Amino acid sequence: MSRIGVFTCHCGENIGATVDCVKVAEMCKDIPGVVHSVEYKYMCSDPGQRQMQEAIKEHQLDGVVVAACSPRMHEPTFRRAAGDAGINPYMCEMANLREHCSWVHEKGDATTQKAADLIRVLVEKVKHNEPLHPIKVPVTRTAMVIGGGVGGIQVALDIANGGHKVVLVEKSPSIGGHMSQLSETFPTLDCSQCILTPRMVEAAQHPNITLMTYSEVEKVDGFIGNFKVTVRKKARKLDEKLCTGCGLCIQKCPNKKISDEFNEGLGTRTAIYVPFPQAVPNKPVIDLQNCTYYKTGKCKVCEKMCPTNAIRFDQEDELVTLDIGAIVLATGFKLMKTDAFPEYGYGKHKDIIDGMQFERLASASGPTSGVMKRPSDGKEPETVVFIACSGSRDRAKGVPYCSKICCMYTAKHAMLYKHKVHSGKAYVFYMDIRAAGKDYDEFVRRAIEEDEVKYIRGRVSKIYEEDGKLIVMGADTLMGGEPVVIKADMVVLATAVQSNDRSEELAQTLHVSYDSYGFFAEAHPKLRPVETNTAGIFLAGACQAPRDIPETVAQASGAAAKVVGLFSNDELTREPIVAVVNRQAAPVYSTCVGCFLCQGACPYQAIEQEEIKARSGEVIMTLARINPGLCQGCGTCVATCRTKAIDLQGFSNEQIYAELMTL
Amino acid sequence: MSSGSHHDHHEDTLAWRVQQATGVKLAHCYQCGKCAAGCPVADQMDMPPCQVFRMLQYGLPQYDKRVLGCEGIWLCLACETCSTRCPQEVEIPKIMDFIRGEALRLNLAHPRSKDILAFHRAFLDSIEYTGRLYEVGLVADYKVRSRHFLKDVMLAPKMYIKGKLGLLPHLIKNRRGMKHLFKQTIGKG
Repeated sequence: MSRIGVFTCHCGENIGATVDCVKVAEMCKDIPGVVHSVEYKYMCSDPGQRQMQEAIKEHQLDGVVVAACSPRMHEPTFRRAAGDAGINPYMCEMANLREHCSWVHEKGDATTQKAADLIRVLVEKVKHNEPLHPIKVPVTRTAMVIGGGVGGIQVALDIANGGHKVVLVEKSPSIGGHMSQLSETFPTLDCSQCILTPRMVEAAQHPNITLMTYSEVEKVDGFIGNFKVTVRKKARKLDEKLCTGCGLCIQKCPNKKISDEFNEGLGTRTAIYVPFPQAVPNKPVIDLQNCTYYKTGKCKVCEKMCPTNAIRFDQEDELVTLDIGAIVLATGFKLMKTDAFPEYGYGKHKDIIDGMQFERLASASGPTSGVMKRPSDGKEPETVVFIACSGSRDRAKGVPYCSKICCMYTAKHAMLYKHKVHSGKAYVFYMDIRAAGKDYDEFVRRAIEEDEVKYIRGRVSKIYEEDGKLIVMGADTLMGGEPVVIKADMVVLATAVQSNDRSEELAQTLHVSYDSYGFFAEAHPKLRPVETNTAGIFLAGACQAPRDIPETVAQASGAAAKVVGLFSNDELTREPIVAVVNRQAAPVYSTCVGCFLCQGACPYQAIEQEEIKARSGEVIMTLARINPGLCQGCGTCVATCRTKAIDLQGFSNEQIYAELMTL
Repeated sequence: MSSGSHHDHHEDTLAWRVQQATGVKLAHCYQCGKCAAGCPVADQMDMPPCQVFRMLQYGLPQYDKRVLGCEGIWLCLACETCSTRCPQEVEIPKIMDFIRGEALRLNLAHPRSKDILAFHRAFLDSIEYTGRLYEVGLVADYKVRSRHFLKDVMLAPKMYIKGKLGLLPHLIKNRRGMKHLFKQTIGKG
């Protein structure tokens, strides 16, 4: 016979004002199996918990029902208290009198009766509860960071400095990401490369960091602490150990007119190339689409020129499988291109450029060496129009969200332009100025007040070309919507920040959720912003939502702290709320018939096949087995099982039936 | 729960009538001004489309009156440049059309609307009786309706020489069908 204690909480006024808690405590005394029932103003407070612990010892209770708030709020609190008092923590259950009763009903006898009923149901469950023990899984203390931009570099450095191994995977030939393309950064106007490249070198030289550039994640198996990640190392077509990065191959490559991705199409590169001079690692790759040898079967100039014979035309992609304990996603973003704007000429005007192209024009390492020249004819633009919210906050273009960084970088662009062309005129069309950040609004005001950038509140409806000028048709809504026409030499569109190409594919590979725009979803928008719904996978930077550099770096350090925290454990403890396939004595072994319908239904790939073998080694039957490390306790397999062979620990069929039958 | 939410409450404002009749949600407009920026006649309007929207959004009688009495709504060509480019996909011409109707119904229409209306009616007359645009008929009808007998009269000889003014109307075959169309639509209204 069970000895169960019931502890009813008033939760101050929250429950006490609508439910007669004193009466409820009295009513509970009559439930069979209940040997102790009291009420208290705040059960979760220290005296409340102590009262419960003393009662467990004094009345030798073997089960406890706390009738208070939601288990999401305080179940861990009361289970810990019960565990400290000497009973199995999973023998403690909570009846939710607040959300399920007092908050949703008026005061009255029926409400009090419902509260008593809720407790009665839980008492019946506790009678069928089994002591459970937390699941322990080992941890591989190596982290993988996917994406080698400023966020990924920061995560990798922080984890590595914490004393753990990190594998940094980057799909392009060099780490550095978008930040390596920027000219100067807001709000301090310090040179982007000057602050980033030392970090890139530090990451490359750190003894705990392994760089895997020109590589992509193919497959992820396993679970928190025990992932198995397959990475495709794309063939650079050269032996990285032999290559010294002398650059002779690049000089001699005859194929020199390929549009340069790093310069956003404003410059050219060769078929064998390093993306930019400060690239890390400073080893070239051969672009298979454009290399003359791969197109015609003749050339191999680079091979002939290479002083160390490092070129390997026969090199193939390599698949590497790694044991990883935690993964951080830092895959960044992409910018909407200018061809997405029919009203601005579908990208056919060379002098209508996007923000990143302007960065390259303004950058000392860019195609013009930082001299302001417009792309079409190389003339210095006398009038430049900057258009904020190009594509952002635009339902019709499928981007209703704010891209967040454009207000700031548009102010920066206008400022940089004015610094380079003193006599030039800069106009900014904007809808709102969102400059919330340390020293951000001051920065925008500086552009307006000191650099005399003209801000016009309104969107631009159309841009067309006339006599070598771009006619920008806007309106000033602060003058009652009066049409404004500006003849510009160059137009810079602050195009929308979008999730990276193939981000959805990657999310599916890693089993993390993503929103309708392809940004990865955090576990909780406020309280768990760097974690995903999949345990052991974390987020940093603009792969989650549009972010600027300071925020990305801060979040990266946050994600690194989560990983280091995870790695501080020898083994991981998990709630034992997992599904279990029953096992019985021979010759039955289990009521599982091995149909494996559950295997297809499981969203977490937690169900595997287990062979029951005789001593001779002969396979008697194949049964389902659920990996407790992977199971998330969703119960889908329980519902799918045709022979009722699966039960969810803590929520077994027997427990649920017992609850229902008592009503 | 008590019956009905706070969204059900409304006053009989122009904004409410607009939303009821056209299904366009005025709150979608966030005043970016792209409509005014691209509108081919915005520089002629006393109140460009974005300002019409701003006034409607208030839902106050004094602004409703100004919107109904403004000239801008009559200059709108319904070319739909604004709604094609509107980032919030607001169907502005649909609303302009409804407001014009309301202005007439409430007798608040701007004085210049008379000429514009005269032209619309003359145009429709031509379509109703000939099934096509009959230029000379249209001009005559418009002049009678608007009483601008001598305005632009010097253009007529030039147009005649260039063959722009056919003296006799070209009639369509099924004129009864056209009459029926008019009866079914305008005749009922």
